[in-house]
Amino acid sequence: MKLEKTYTYLLAFSMLCIILMVLGIFTIVAMNGLPYFWLKNVAKVEMTDGKVYYGEIAGVNPKAENGSETKLKVGNRKIYGQDFLRIKDSEIKSVSYPKEIIMLERDEWGNAYGIISDIGGKEFDNIHSSVMEDKKEIMSLEKGRLLSINEEISKLNHRITKKSETGLEEKLEKLKTESAVIETDLNSKREQALIKTFSLVLADGQIDELKYYDIVKKYQPNDVSLAGKIWISVKGFFEFIFADPRESNTEGGIFPAIFGTVILVILMSIFVFPLGVIAAVFLSEYAKEGFLVKLIRNTIYNLAGVPSIVYGVFGLGFFVYAMGGSIDRIFFSDYLPSPTFGTGGIIWGALTLAVLTLPVVIVASLEGLKSVPHMYREGSYSLGSTKWEVIKDVVIPNAMPGMLTGLILAISRAAGEVAPLMMTGVVKSAVALPFDSSFPFIHLDRKFMHLGFHIYDVGFQSPNIEAARGVVFNTTLILLIIVFALNLTAILIRNRIRNKLSRSGV
Amino acid sequence: MSKDRFSANNEIASPVIEVSNFDFYYGSVKSLNSVNMKIKPKTTTAFIGPSGCGKSTLLRNFNRMNDLIEGTKNEGDILLHGESIYRKDLNVTELRSKVGMVFQKSNPFPMTIFENIAYAPLKKGIKKRSSDLTDLVEESLRGAALWDEVKDKLHKSALGLSGGQQQRLCIARVLAMKPEIILMDEPCSALDPISTMKIENLIAEIEKDYTIVIVTHNMQQAARVSSYTAFMYVGELIEYNSTTDLFSNPVMKQTEDYITGRFG
Repeated sequence: MKLEKTYTYLLAFSMLCIILMVLGIFTIVAMNGLPYFWLKNVAKVEMTDGKVYYGEIAGVNPKAENGSETKLKVGNRKIYGQDFLRIKDSEIKSVSYPKEIIMLERDEWGNAYGIISDIGGKEFDNIHSSVMEDKKEIMSLEKGRLLSINEEISKLNHRITKKSETGLEEKLEKLKTESAVIETDLNSKREQALIKTFSLVLADGQIDELKYYDIVKKYQPNDVSLAGKIWISVKGFFEFIFADPRESNTEGGIFPAIFGTVILVILMSIFVFPLGVIAAVFLSEYAKEGFLVKLIRNTIYNLAGVPSIVYGVFGLGFFVYAMGGSIDRIFFSDYLPSPTFGTGGIIWGALTLAVLTLPVVIVASLEGLKSVPHMYREGSYSLGSTKWEVIKDVVIPNAMPGMLTGLILAISRAAGEVAPLMMTGVVKSAVALPFDSSFPFIHLDRKFMHLGFHIYDVGFQSPNIEAARGVVFNTTLILLIIVFALNLTAILIRNRIRNKLSRSGV
Repeated sequence: MSKDRFSANNEIASPVIEVSNFDFYYGSVKSLNSVNMKIKPKTTTAFIGPSGCGKSTLLRNFNRMNDLIEGTKNEGDILLHGESIYRKDLNVTELRSKVGMVFQKSNPFPMTIFENIAYAPLKKGIKKRSSDLTDLVEESLRGAALWDEVKDKLHKSALGLSGGQQQRLCIARVLAMKPEIILMDEPCSALDPISTMKIENLIAEIEKDYTIVIVTHNMQQAARVSSYTAFMYVGELIEYNSTTDLFSNPVMKQTEDYITGRFG
């Protein structure tokens, strides 16, 4: 009796450890990431030698080599060369937080801190918002109409030079004129926008002439109330999710990476689920049990243990080069030697992940099929069903929860894989998404961004790692949330079906 | 001995099923040994005998359910209306829709009550959402004395019904197929006495339209529901006679021992 209790405690303890580990990972990531959305006050630091800095105090290291040091985020890499300065505490004369200090988020060179003296706050905002509107228009023209015209022109050029088709010159000329008109329009718009500048008084009294065009956002952190700061943080979090990255991914948002990850996993599920289920149905219902079937089944079990990088190499060789290359030779020969499908793309990444997760789906589906009560099959046969009808009406619906369990495991595994994707199409920066408004709307040949790769790239390959810490942790947090959400969706679907199949669902 | 232990075979003139010299093997184990019997149409016939005597095996040969088990083989023949059910060009699914079956454990599909009944008719080409189908479902459920209990929850899961209701649902499901013969493999062995009684009443009710063959462990049940009874023992048909004669005046010693409860 006593021993029994000990065992119960042991089980409870193991369970507790697992829960703590999961919560621990979430908490550590969230604690390291979320504070980056908080708008920190900007300090004015005066040094004993007369130098003055504006910046956010990012941390104090009391055990540095030469006495206590303060890490100050001064931004403005154009002036300081780096985002962070380390200053000795012993050399600091005073620290104050003047209300008029402005923080500017910019497209490049990091944040700028200073004081705007030549123009009022309201006026600044008015000019800035009108410039931003122009900028948006310019961007959408560049990405939209101009891009598609240029694509069309290059297609026409191919047809004229390679296939010597005639009668296309007129159309070509028309397109070229249109493109030129848009380009001129763009240039004048851009010039008009770029001409507008203002001056920022930096900490040391220097005046920096800045273009409105480069400013993403203006804050006056020392003059914002607590409620205002909370609002800005929440907004910052959503901007992080829905904005494109800036400054080689260390600033801005991660939307293309989120989109790439989700689409990749969905595509993978579309490929792997039917294939896995069909294979499992064949193996369990049709194949005659013998040496060959046993061999195949055991091979499938073993495939689940193959390192993912091996699948990556396979994907590169088979999907990208062999399949993509063939597609290019047959359908896109005009464009060779520049590849269309014969290079990494989201479809090849998804197919590689599908191969990677196929064993999981097959094994789970086989278990699901095995668990269908024999009496259901008998019942269906006795009502005059053919074998296929029995499988379709009774066996597969009843095995569905097991099959979906396989899909859930596959999604968990696929969402976190990075290695095979690095060979089959993931890139550091791909602002053009696999789905957009330009014909044919779905571009499965496009390269894509991925949260897992983003973590690796920003965290370890970025030129400005210190400034990117927040992005790394928050990207990790989002990846965890997305894996969780995808899993939850699949689990909810499975439970709905399971309820329908059991007594409790009445 | 003046009396014939197979007198039923002599009495039945135009049988619906005729078993002739039928042997059956599971692998190398012979489980039926040269069985000869005739089944009378629109009558209830009961198979009794101790466990493992082959009564279920014989029953499951009438609609070739034993085909589903690997490694079985048979010799001799079973004729349905004089034609072999083992002939090469026979459509097994057609046979099974003519010879319906109710199992020991009720096995409604995890679908709604309506879908369960409509399962077989839909495959035969009745249109979904047609009034023919709804009529047929109602008729079948009435035929299985279940209509009044389920008419308000036709579109709820069949798994929510009680064990006895589920078994009657399975009978209704077979009735919807409009079969000629209904095979029942210990249909009441998992049911309480009241549910059992309802099913027995149901059998008496539908007997005038269907040929029923029932396997049972319960001799009182056999006596109550059947007109003819076959007693089987270790793969052989020992005695086949009208139910009254078999129970009141058994020819064979084994039969007498079994029905008086000396073994089994």
